Order: sequence, then C-alpha cells, then structure tokens
Amino acid sequence: MEYDCIVIGGGPAGLAAAIEAKDNGADKVCIIERDRELGGILNQCIHNGFGLHEFKEELTGPEYAYRFIEEVYKRDIDVYLNTMVMDLSKGKEVVALGEKGLMNFKAKSVVLAMGCRERTAGAIGVKGFRPAGVYNAGMAQRLINMEGYLVGKEVVIYGSGDIGLIMARRMTLEGANVKAVVEIMPHSSGLNRNIHQCLNDFNIPLLLSHKVVEIHGKSRVEGVTIAEVDNKFNEIDGTREYISCDTLLLSVGLIPENELSQKAEVTLDPRTKGALVDSNMQTEIPGVFSCGNVLHVHDIVDFVTRESRIAGRNAARFVRGELNNSKYVDVYAGDKLNYVLPQRIALDDENGALICFRSRKIYRNPTVKIYTDDKLLKEKKYKIIVPSEMIQIPLKSDVIRDVKGSIRVDIEGEEND
Amino acid sequence: MIRDITCIACPLGCEIKVEDTEKGYLITGYTCLRGKDYALQEVTDPRRILTTTVAVEGGVLPLLPVKTDKAIPKDMIFKCMEEINKIKVKAPISLGDVILENILNTGANLVACRNLDVRK
Repeated sequence: MEYDCIVIGGGPAGLAAAIEAKDNGADKVCIIERDRELGGILNQCIHNGFGLHEFKEELTGPEYAYRFIEEVYKRDIDVYLNTMVMDLSKGKEVVALGEKGLMNFKAKSVVLAMGCRERTAGAIGVKGFRPAGVYNAGMAQRLINMEGYLVGKEVVIYGSGDIGLIMARRMTLEGANVKAVVEIMPHSSGLNRNIHQCLNDFNIPLLLSHKVVEIHGKSRVEGVTIAEVDNKFNEIDGTREYISCDTLLLSVGLIPENELSQKAEVTLDPRTKGALVDSNMQTEIPGVFSCGNVLHVHDIVDFVTRESRIAGRNAARFVRGELNNSKYVDVYAGDKLNYVLPQRIALDDENGALICFRSRKIYRNPTVKIYTDDKLLKEKKYKIIVPSEMIQIPLKSDVIRDVKGSIRVDIEGEEND
Repeated sequence: MIRDITCIACPLGCEIKVEDTEKGYLITGYTCLRGKDYALQEVTDPRRILTTTVAVEGGVLPLLPVKTDKAIPKDMIFKCMEEINKIKVKAPISLGDVILENILNTGANLVACRNLDVRK
C-alpha cells in the first residue's frame, strides 16, 4: 500500500499531524495506532486542565482527544487500529502487524509520533526483590481509569512529577490510603497547582530530599524503607524510616520511544533522547518528521498539538515538492538551558521557526535572549521560568531571514531555588 | 485568623496571606488580581471540579470517565464520590450525556467525558 503520509502513533501528536497533513494537500494519509482506539495517553488522563491554550477552556484528557479524533474521522484519513509498526526503513518503507496480519506500506513522507514510555524500577536502582505491587504511575493510571482495577490500598508514590501527584489524588478518591509522596530532589518537579489540589487538599505528605532505599516483600510489597538525602543525593545516617504499604507507584521520568526512529537511522540528540530536527520538524532524513513526546517530553498537550501541526504541514509540503529550503543554521542552548529545539533552523522558510526549551534551574524575572553572533534577534521577559515548564517562542521569518552565523538561546536573570 | 495560601494561578506560586478582620478580609502578598480572587475564594468557598469514573455495563470499556460540569464545594468531594460509586450506566454513551443531575444539590451535573460504544 502506498501513502503520501504515514503517521506512526494516534495520540495527540499523531492526530494533529495527520489532520494538518491532509488539510495541506497530502492526498493519501493514514494513522497507524497500536491501541484499540485513537487518543493515546489522553484517554487515561481523566483529570481536567487540558486545552487552556488551544481551546481557552479546561477539558479532561478524553475530551481534548475527542476534538481531534472527530476531525480525523471527518476527513478521508485511513486509521489502522490494533496495529503495531514493526519496522521502518530509511527509504520510508513501513512494516506493520495488525488484525489482518503483516502489512507492507510505502510512504512519500512519515511522521514519527510514537510518544514516550515510563522509566521503570530498574532505572532507579532500588534494593529488594521484585514483588507484585510495584507499578509505574502511568500504568496504574490506565488500570484504574480504563480497565477497572484498583492496584492497591496502602500506597507510597516515588517521584513527584505530575503523573505521581495526579495518581495520589486519584487513588485517594477511589478509597486507597496514600501514605506519602517521596521525592529525591529538594523541590517537586510537578506543577504548583497539582501539589496543592492533589496533595494538600487530601493531607498527603510530600517528603522532599528523600529516597526509597529498599522495597520489602517477596511476593507482594509489604513496605518501603525511605531515608533523607544530602545535596549530593547520598543517604543521611540515622534518617531511615519504614512505611508499610502494599503498593509502590513510580513516577520517575519519561523516555521518548525511538526504537523505530533508530531502525530508520534517524540521528538522535543525547540530551532530548529524541530526533535532531530542523524548524520544519524534519529529521536528518528528508521526508521523515518527528513531533510530540517522541521528540522531547512535553508537560502541556497544547504545545504538542502546536508542534505536531508544524510536522504535519511540512510533511504535506514535502510530498508536494514545496519543501525546498537551502539555508540552514545551527541552534545552540546557552549555559542556563537544559536543551533547545529545533537543533537547526531553515532561514529561508516563510513560516519562521518555533523555539522550544527548558531551563536548568528556576529564574525569577528573567529575560530570554535569542542571538546570532552578537546581534540580538529577539528578547522576551518572563515573571518566572521553571524547569518543569517548557517555553515556546515563535520567530517570524523576517527576523531570521538575514542571519549569517549560528543562533544561541539563553536566559538572563537571577537564579532562585 | 490568618490563612496562608500558595497561589496556583501561575507558576510564580505567590505566598498570599488572608486575614479575617472586623473590616472584612485583608489580603496581602498577591501580585495579580487572579491571585487575589483565588485566595479569597479558597478562604470563603473552596471549590473543585471533580473528575472520576463510573461503572459501565456492556461497553467496550468497563469504566466511563465523568466530570462535574461546575466546581463543587471541596468538602463535598467524598460525599459525591459515594453517590457516583452507586451508579452503573449502560453503553452506548455519548460525550456530554448527563449521568447524574444536580448531584447532592450542588447545582452541578455529572457528565460523560467520552463516547463509549457497545461491546460486540
């Protein structure tokens, strides 16, 4: 089967990319999704707070997804459900396993929108056996919100990212006793709003600068030992404490799922663990685009939508032979940034570029400055920049058109912890 | 009495103080009007949108995500959960269907957050 554009993954990134590719003139478009329905992670995120940027209202995850799923089905876009892409080649041949067996596709353009997966217990090196009752927070979220299983009754959560905080509230509402959220850093990586509404509302303690040193129990979790850590994350003697529990939820980070990208020999950025892309979201392989959590882990789905539209639109332009940029410069992250995307900007593109980055630390009253050599291209003031919230800044085409050297993005302002 | 409120309106997280005085509430520490309004609301009548699931009979999934279409008083959350846990709905269901009207006289309806087809 031949397609102008094959979108791999039917979550928020894939949905936005497919709609945009179709609307911009890619004739034959399909989405390949391994789950039984479209929507991806949003279907299990039943809490509200999605869509403030995109729709100016607060939606739940399934509601946000539905706005896009509806648009996909209104268009002539083929959707393959229960279908797993097994292989992707540099030449844009796709092999997938679905309800009717093995399928071979050939695409003029491909959008990588596979999302990310959770870091597991192995990644954080906790001592103990492998008893039942240790779950990744997102896995537990799916079991509780979609499959109908309460995974435990006495719960400790390790990691205070937003999924961990949301799950603390969710399990409490369903009658579980959440005893503590344990966080190794001196601050939570979750949003203020979630700390307040998911923990404080239910008197769930947040133990900062603490780690789980041992999981007890052989066939089922019986408890965990936690301890306080110093600023180098080493355990402080005499601070060990035992908490009995039957469940440990892990909310310890997300990893972009790029195995297929690697099969196609797409170059990855060691810092984002996603593809190297230009300002059109095109990877180093012409006609292969990447967007959403497979490119870099986002905190707000509205930003995924925005980025994925760029990927979809340019996949269509590529198919029509209209993506012919010839002037590129590299983009560098300054010392105060954790990373910046895209890694390259096409200077001669009418659509300009969308700069995305995360800071390393908290800055109050900072100014983001975007330079080429010593010339300031754009600056923007903020009240605060925190590592847990991604910043996006659009650059118009007339701002970058005459740039000669590389572009550097950095923050000026007082550090604050 | 003075209440300390951490503002959630934006990532700044201002520490706002609300003092109950004879002349009314004295609010300090906020840096924008959204923060001031939030702090007053939290002290006088804290409310939350409740999102949860209800059991489904004959659906492609055993659960339906639901939400209150308005914020309900914070101290009604667990009472509403008890009511919601008594319900079982039948597939098919459409997004926006009212599952429970005026739940415990809060003035909020419980509505479906997705379509759910019949299991074949």
